[in-house]
Amino acid sequence: MPKPNKTTKKKATRTPPAAQRPAAAPEGDRGSPALLSVLRADGTVDAERDPKLPAETLLFLYEQMVQVREFDRRMLMLQRQGRIGFYGPILGQEASTIGSIAATEARDWIFPALREGAAALMRGLPLEVAIAQLIGNELDRCKGRQMPCHYTYREGNYYGMSSVIGTQISHATGAAMAAKIRGDDVVVLGYMGDGATSANDFHAGMNFAAVFQVPCVMLCQNNHWAISVPVSAQMVSETIAIKAEAYGMPGVRVDGNDVLAVYVATKEAVDRARRGGGPTFIEAVTYRRLGHSSSDDPTRYRDEAEVAAWEKRDPIDRFRRYLEGRDLWDEPREEAFKQDIADRVNAAIALAESAGPPAAESLITDVFADVPANLKRHYDDTIAGAGATEADGHFPL
Amino acid sequence: MANMTLLGAVNDAMATEMRNDDRVVVFGEDVGKKGGVFGATVGLQDEFGTDRCFDTPLSECGIIGTGIGMAVYGMRPVAEIQFLDFIYPAFDQIVSEAAKMRYRSGGEYTCPMVIRSPYGGGIRGGHYHSQSSEAYFCHTPGLKVVIPSTPADAKGLLIASIRDEDPVMFLEPKRIYRTVKGEVPEGEHVVPLSKGRVVREGTDCTVVAYGAMVHICEQAAEQAAKQGRNLEIVDPRTLVPLDEDIILSSVKKTGRCVVVYEAPKTCGYGAEIAALIAEQVIEYLEGPVVRVAGFDTPFPYALENLYMPDVRRILEGVQRTFTW
Repeated sequence: MPKPNKTTKKKATRTPPAAQRPAAAPEGDRGSPALLSVLRADGTVDAERDPKLPAETLLFLYEQMVQVREFDRRMLMLQRQGRIGFYGPILGQEASTIGSIAATEARDWIFPALREGAAALMRGLPLEVAIAQLIGNELDRCKGRQMPCHYTYREGNYYGMSSVIGTQISHATGAAMAAKIRGDDVVVLGYMGDGATSANDFHAGMNFAAVFQVPCVMLCQNNHWAISVPVSAQMVSETIAIKAEAYGMPGVRVDGNDVLAVYVATKEAVDRARRGGGPTFIEAVTYRRLGHSSSDDPTRYRDEAEVAAWEKRDPIDRFRRYLEGRDLWDEPREEAFKQDIADRVNAAIALAESAGPPAAESLITDVFADVPANLKRHYDDTIAGAGATEADGHFPL
Repeated sequence: MANMTLLGAVNDAMATEMRNDDRVVVFGEDVGKKGGVFGATVGLQDEFGTDRCFDTPLSECGIIGTGIGMAVYGMRPVAEIQFLDFIYPAFDQIVSEAAKMRYRSGGEYTCPMVIRSPYGGGIRGGHYHSQSSEAYFCHTPGLKVVIPSTPADAKGLLIASIRDEDPVMFLEPKRIYRTVKGEVPEGEHVVPLSKGRVVREGTDCTVVAYGAMVHICEQAAEQAAKQGRNLEIVDPRTLVPLDEDIILSSVKKTGRCVVVYEAPKTCGYGAEIAALIAEQVIEYLEGPVVRVAGFDTPFPYALENLYMPDVRRILEGVQRTFTW
């Protein structure tokens, strides 16, 4: 199998531009640069590329993926039950996040997009605090100020994103610029989706990253859909990774449903960044199997056969086959672990739901370090001094 | 004390704070070797090196976006946007990201960043080198907006802005970059934010103005004085968060107020001052609060002088607070 190197690009065998291709599963993929994969569908590995991780690391990766899938499933259920207002599921994309975060050190910074909440959990954000964020209550780090899935976790160097697509890309670059200027041994991992590559901040963030040769890895989870717009309507370039070439940085394409391949690609990029070798762009080819969010119905705009094809490439099933082939995992362990996660998620939900609403004063704090006098007066006149309750302001529908 | 231009004071502030705090970095278009198109950063790269003062690619959203990343990481970035007219590609980064950082993360992440930009008319710059868009930023919670009118204030306010824990829009009235000179304290000099300045004491009418307009108002006050009318000029210096007391106590004393600003009149900063006065001290008013402002037009080129508030229009505005 050819290495993901530009020299393997052969114009003669080049496939049509993405705009002319359906969102096909990566088997038989001939895009450029070549798709890096390690785990085969049958659960065996490409020996040449096998990162040869210790068994405990392999099991950690697997358990993290299973944990986030269960978390995801339960949170979507809570949303359907009206217990949280919104949720952005990551079903099918677990390997891209887990595999890439595993290649970083705890001191490295993470600038996430919508579907990298797993990274916060992996860095140690307690389950109940994550759920509190989805509820928006007093346990929430954001103090109930953001929609669900906007986690923030300072101790884990996990950045609290906005909902604006792509803005975090140049923040990642800037943080890496700072780390370089300060001489800190810190690498920054910036995430985005395929849609974000159309945003102006993608261009700015990528270009600045290359110009200043910052210790940064940009990872694009190409899940093929930006809400209802397929990647083929988002761009005409053959792949997303190929865009890196124009910025003068390595562009790598990796099977995003292959946790070992994502790890290998990210580790190589992180190591290069840490050595002072500058930024890398990684396109992790994966698939968003559910809607954009709990508010979206993907059956309105895409073919279920496409979804079914990607279900067969499930990242967890594939990794499990590998672990079982190595006798590292079996059904009893699977059952025990799933029960353990279910118990922990249940306990976390109970804990999170027992918390009260954010303090009323949090309406006006944190706009600035200190509350300005006029804001304080506005609050005192209309809320604090007016006997307002949480029921105020509701609009009868 | 040293006699300096406002531009020199801006430069002195950055150099002083860069010596004082190695987290301070200055960057933007042409700020390195060239020292900025106006010369505000002259000498900084020579003294502090290319890690501390550097040119960026030509992208305002990139300048501000990367600056936010630096601030979040723990630096004290000072970004220059060459003209305020060119800031709009970065508007999203400023209002959606920098301004909301502290609030949205529950205080976990903050954005102590200064965005410096020359603004305002009077230099024959046409639409795209003359705008006064301070109101856009004043309208966004989470941003501080600071505008100096003297060299000493420029230095002291810029140092205070760099030291501030939140993002500050530091808008520099380029019309008076070199035309206004004054004594500036050497070394450490801090003018606290959210503290206005009574530029000239008077009893008959309060004139609120900032930036280059302060000096036009001083000329107007000289003329008014010859006609026996004592104008009190108040320069808020920080538009957000505003020193309301200095304005309200002045209006309580004079009973009249004119707000002078060169931005388009509608929804400009003067409207906020007028509303503040109406809400808080209407019982002291002897006449209407009057706005003397730019026209609700794009900024003109050839007819710039007709667009800009001048002594005549300010005095007419004052008169309208007496006869209405």
